[in-house]
This record gives sequence, C-alpha cells and structure tokens, in this order.
Amino acid sequence: MSLLSRNIFRALVQGSQHVSKGVHTTAVNNDKNQTKEGRIKCTLIPGDGVGPELVYSVQEVFKAANIPVQFESFFFSEVNPTLSAPLEDVVNSITRNKICIKGILATPDFSHTGELQTLNMKLRNALDLYANVVHVKSLPNVKCRHNDVDCIIIREQTEGEYSALEHESVPGVVECLKIITAAKSERIAKFAFDYAVKMGRKKVTAVHKANIMKLGDGLFLRSCEEIAKLYPRIQFEKMIVDNCTMQMVSNPNQFDVMVTPNLYGNIVDNLASGLVGGAGVVAGASYSAECAVFEQGARHIFSGAVGKNIANPTAMLLCSANLLAHVNLHSYSKMIKNAINKVLKDGKVRTKDLGGQSTTLDFTHAVIHSLV
Amino acid sequence: MAARLIRKIVPAAKTGASQYSTGVRKVTLIPGHGIGPEITVAVQKIFEAAKVPIEWDEVDVTAVRGPDGKFGIPQKAIDSVNANKIGLKGPLMTPVGKGYRSLNLALRKEFDLYANVRPCKSLDGIKTLYDNVDVVTIRENTEGEYSGIEHEIVDGVVQSIKLITEEASKRVAEFAFQFARDNKRKKVTAVHKANIMRMSDGLFLRCCRDLATKYPDIKFEERYLDTVCLNMVQDPSKFDVLVMPNLYGDIMSDMCSGLVGGLGLTPSGNIGKNGALFESVHGTAPDIAGKDMANPTALLLSSIMMLRHMQLNEHADRVQNACYEVLREGKALTGDLGGTAKCSEYTNAIISKLN
Repeated sequence: MSLLSRNIFRALVQGSQHVSKGVHTTAVNNDKNQTKEGRIKCTLIPGDGVGPELVYSVQEVFKAANIPVQFESFFFSEVNPTLSAPLEDVVNSITRNKICIKGILATPDFSHTGELQTLNMKLRNALDLYANVVHVKSLPNVKCRHNDVDCIIIREQTEGEYSALEHESVPGVVECLKIITAAKSERIAKFAFDYAVKMGRKKVTAVHKANIMKLGDGLFLRSCEEIAKLYPRIQFEKMIVDNCTMQMVSNPNQFDVMVTPNLYGNIVDNLASGLVGGAGVVAGASYSAECAVFEQGARHIFSGAVGKNIANPTAMLLCSANLLAHVNLHSYSKMIKNAINKVLKDGKVRTKDLGGQSTTLDFTHAVIHSLV
Repeated sequence: MAARLIRKIVPAAKTGASQYSTGVRKVTLIPGHGIGPEITVAVQKIFEAAKVPIEWDEVDVTAVRGPDGKFGIPQKAIDSVNANKIGLKGPLMTPVGKGYRSLNLALRKEFDLYANVRPCKSLDGIKTLYDNVDVVTIRENTEGEYSGIEHEIVDGVVQSIKLITEEASKRVAEFAFQFARDNKRKKVTAVHKANIMRMSDGLFLRCCRDLATKYPDIKFEERYLDTVCLNMVQDPSKFDVLVMPNLYGDIMSDMCSGLVGGLGLTPSGNIGKNGALFESVHGTAPDIAGKDMANPTALLLSSIMMLRHMQLNEHADRVQNACYEVLREGKALTGDLGGTAKCSEYTNAIISKLN
C-alpha cells in the first residue's frame, strides 16, 4: 500500500514537470537519470565479439520506435585494456543511471597484468550485482527438441568458485578456494523466493552438490531451507547438480524456478539455453539492490561471427524489452516483444543459428517493420 | 630413465605371460546391494553362455569395523582386487550418517582409480530426443573439487578447496589421449573454465596441451565448460572424447547419460595404477530389489568394457552384438525401458542371440 501511494505521489510530481513521460517512469525515477527532455538515460556497454553488432541492432530498433531512452556508451573490454574505459567511470555511470544494457565481455585465460579477477567479476563486485536471472522460455516457431520449456534460473554471482582466490602452494600444486557465506546464500535464496512470488511461480529448486561438498554447498542448502520456511505457499525442492543436468536434458518441463550457487548456475544457464535455441535467443539480467544490468543469458562472445553480420540479435532485443519494462515503459516493451514474436512466428527471416540465411541487419529490419 | 623404462616394460610383460599361462583369468566380482545381486547374476549367466574365459571371485564389501574402530572395506575384498587387478561392481548403498565413508570413495582411494571413463552412445531401439550421440567422458577422479578439504573460517563463511596438481592432471590427460588412440577416436576436447579459475584450471589446461603435442595423430581442442554444455544439447555429434577435472566430469558424464537414455544404459569404468574397476553407476533401486524387474544393461555394458580392457575383444563383440540386437528388436525390454519383460527373460533373450 505504501509502495503504491508512493508511486502515485511520484507520478503526480513527475506529471507536473513533464506530463508526457511521467506516468511511465516510477521504478527508477529521479531527476539524475533523465535528460532535460525527459529521456531516460541508460548505460551501454557494447562488449566484445559480436556485442557491438547486436547493440547496434537494439539502437536501430529504439530509434525506429522513437523510444525515450538515451544511451551513455562506454567501450569496456578486458582484451583491449588500452582503449577500455576505466572501471570507475563505468561503475559511476551505472550507479547514476541504475540501468545498463551490456554485450558480453571476453574473458581471456590470462590477464595482461597477471590478475586473477576478470573484468566481469570486478564490475559485478563493484556494483554488487549478486543475482543473475535468466528466463529460459521456448520461443514461437523455433524448432527444438523440447517444447514449452519455461524456467527461471537464479544464480548467485559474487562468490563461490568465482572468488578468484588461487595460489600455487608448491610448483605443480594449485589450490583454488570456493567461498560460500551464509549471508550471501540467504540473500540469493530470498531473492529467488521473492522473484517466484512476484512472477506467480509455484516451485523453487535449489541446485547443489552438498553430498560431496558437505560444508560449502551444505551451507548454501541450509540457507535455502531456512528461507523456504518463510514462503509456505511456494514448494521447495532440492536437487544434486549432476542429476539436475540429466533431468534438464531429458525432462526440462519439470523445472520452474531454480536457485544455484555461482558455477552450477553458469552450467544450468547454458544447458537450458541450448534447449530452447542457443545463446542467441535467451535474455538475462543481473540485479543488485540498486541497479539492473541487462545482458544475454548465455554469455558467449561468438568471436567466429565478428563482422560477418550473422549473429542473432533476438537475445539482445529481448534484453532491451526487459529493460524497458524495468523502467515502466511497458507499452514500448510489449511493442518490441510482439514484433520479435511476429518475426519468429512468420519464420521468413531467420538467422543462421535458427536454420535460416538472413543476416543480423535483415532480422533487425524485419523487427522494425513489425513494430506497431 | 632406465628405471622408468623397466617399470613400463615389466607389468606389460607380466600380464602378457599370465594370459598365455592360464587362459582363464580371475575377476573380482562385487555384487553390491539392492538390485545388484540380480543384475550380476544376469551378467554371469550371459558370460557363461558366451564361454568367456573368466573366473569370478565373488567378494562382499559390506563395511566392517576395522582395528582402528572405523568402518571400511573388508581386507579380503582388497586382497582380491589387488591380486586380480580387475573388478566388476554392482551398485553400492552409502548409508547416511557421520563417520561412514562412502564405499565407492573408499574403493576409489584404495586402488588409486584416477580416471573415470564413461562412453555414452545412442542405442538402436532406445528412443531419445538426441540421435547419434557417441561421446566418451574421461574424468579426473582423485582431486579437484572433491578433494574433501573444507572448513568454516568463521560462523557462516565456508571455504572449500579445489586442488589441482600437475601430476594428476598429466596422468589423466595422458590416459585420455592414449584411450583415444587405442579406441580409434579422432579428437580429444579438454573441458575447462580457465577464464575464471586462471591458475587451477589453467594448470589442468597446460597439462593437456603438453600431452597433446605427444599425440599428433589425435586432434586436440579446448572448450569452456559452459560452451560444451550449450553445444552438447544442440549438437552432440560435435564431440568425441572429453577430458576434464573432477566436478565438471561428474556433471558432464551424467548429462551425457541423460542424452542416451539415463544411467540404466551407460557403462562406466575406473582405471587406476593398481587395477581397474568397472561398474554400473545407477542406484540400488531398493523398491524393485528381488522382484526380477531390474535392468542389467548398464552392468552388462560395463562388463563388455572390462573385456575390452582385458583384450578379450572377440568375446566383447559377441556379447555386445547380442545385447544390442535384443535392444533393437525391443521385444524383451524391462520395465524402465517401457517393456514388460523380467530381468531373467531379458537375460535369456540375450543368451539366445549369442550364436
């Protein structure tokens, strides 16, 4: 109730300032992230690989639909450190704008400075983007082995195996630390249950390997169990990660919402994306308490396709639609989603990964022509 | 150097000699729990009918309390595997409770079984959504995430250690390339996450690269774990032999089983310095134990792997063809495959096809 009244109040204040846009923007809405004309500012990181091509596709669609979003673009890259914008600038921009759309950053096996942390990890840690949400859903007319897949994978992404704490005790013996904390496990579990409630879902499955890593994954599992008690209407289930992957390839329809530690989330995300058509069609987002970064669900830079104009922009366009919904521009969000669905349903314009011959630009233009 | 050479020659000469001397070789048989005894009997029957020159040495590995007060495998079983160097094992039950080490783990440690091999091949007559799967997952079995070193630093903060050593990585990489060469495979893919775990997975990857140079006839490629997951479900025919550290191997091997119809149809072998142990990796299925309903296929395929390991290729082919034919005809399938046959009927169907 209080939330509602606050929103109404905000809308009224907004309305008095600039009537046209005020109604839409309530979720992230303060004067700092809007331009004078009332356009919403959004940080844009094109990323590596095919990222820039996909981002261009998003910008084209936004331009064509006349969407009141203004991008603040940063070249941000680990493989090209000399040209990359400093981390602080990017972090400041995202903190200010509260929203960001991001291509995939390449993570090389070696850092030029010998660091263990990747740029992705640094960005996530700096912004505390702890929850990664990937909604894997079968798309219309995209032929796959499984139909009607619809699951949400929620992954903790600030600790676990991705802690970048490693050392070589003696030559030839390397220790890598996996950190699991009660605080972060509870936080992600709470996020997952809240998300399930918000989306009207019925079941949350915790994915773990507590039979082997009794303390680490055990702590994660216990935290999930504790939180589950607070949500009696949501069914709670646990599953060992290897069994989970096996179930995922044979019967993916049984899954609803899944909550996982870092590495398992990465595995399940990719597996599930593979089931519905690949990295080119699945959108994802990372959330902190303050901001949201929208990026593809399965993170592949697709370096083999750079400059060939063949990558599938569906995932990135879906990301942008989710971003618009996040800032309460629902009508624009629906417009883009409907256009994508229409193009996919017609099936005349398909990129290579979906068995067609069309280019990225063809697809983008087809989406633009379907905007209504 | 000389010592190493001799070491390499001696065991080979030994096994060669024993083959000539007896003709019949002893194999340790661990029937296991639940449906274990039934399916081992099925395998024994089929082997007897196929006149495989094997003598079974049956042992029980139900844990006994040792002199130190801890539960462990009985000495008799250890002696048997040590003497025979080869074993076949049904599913074992690990009771839940503290201070009770998993028997599987104990066997693995005891015989230093460093590589787990799981061939996943689409079977005719078993309908799944994935066709033409033919991958072999080779998993490092002794360290990595399953090193078992964990501690709670302060309340609510746990640190688990993933241990990667050069020795173990090289050993499993060498095994993978040798396996590929011996089985006329074309490609070995190292599955890793060295972009995230730069030192540990980096070390594993470097070891694989080193060994790859020694096997120029085998194609070598490196793939990130997430990429393999994504591509595997889209087009499994892209992959051949996969080699990886412990946790990734655990996950990938089960996932690949899922592609071909589940754990009831996938064989598994553990290769070690002091012997080899072949097993079925499915559970003990206590609900159908003793009812003659279990499916012995996984154990039978594992035993066929064992025959190949012992260079008894002719016998292996014969049993394998019979088994594949029964599956293809689909007349005598067990309940888990949608049939109505009993375990004994399925066994007899295979025996009748042996000729």
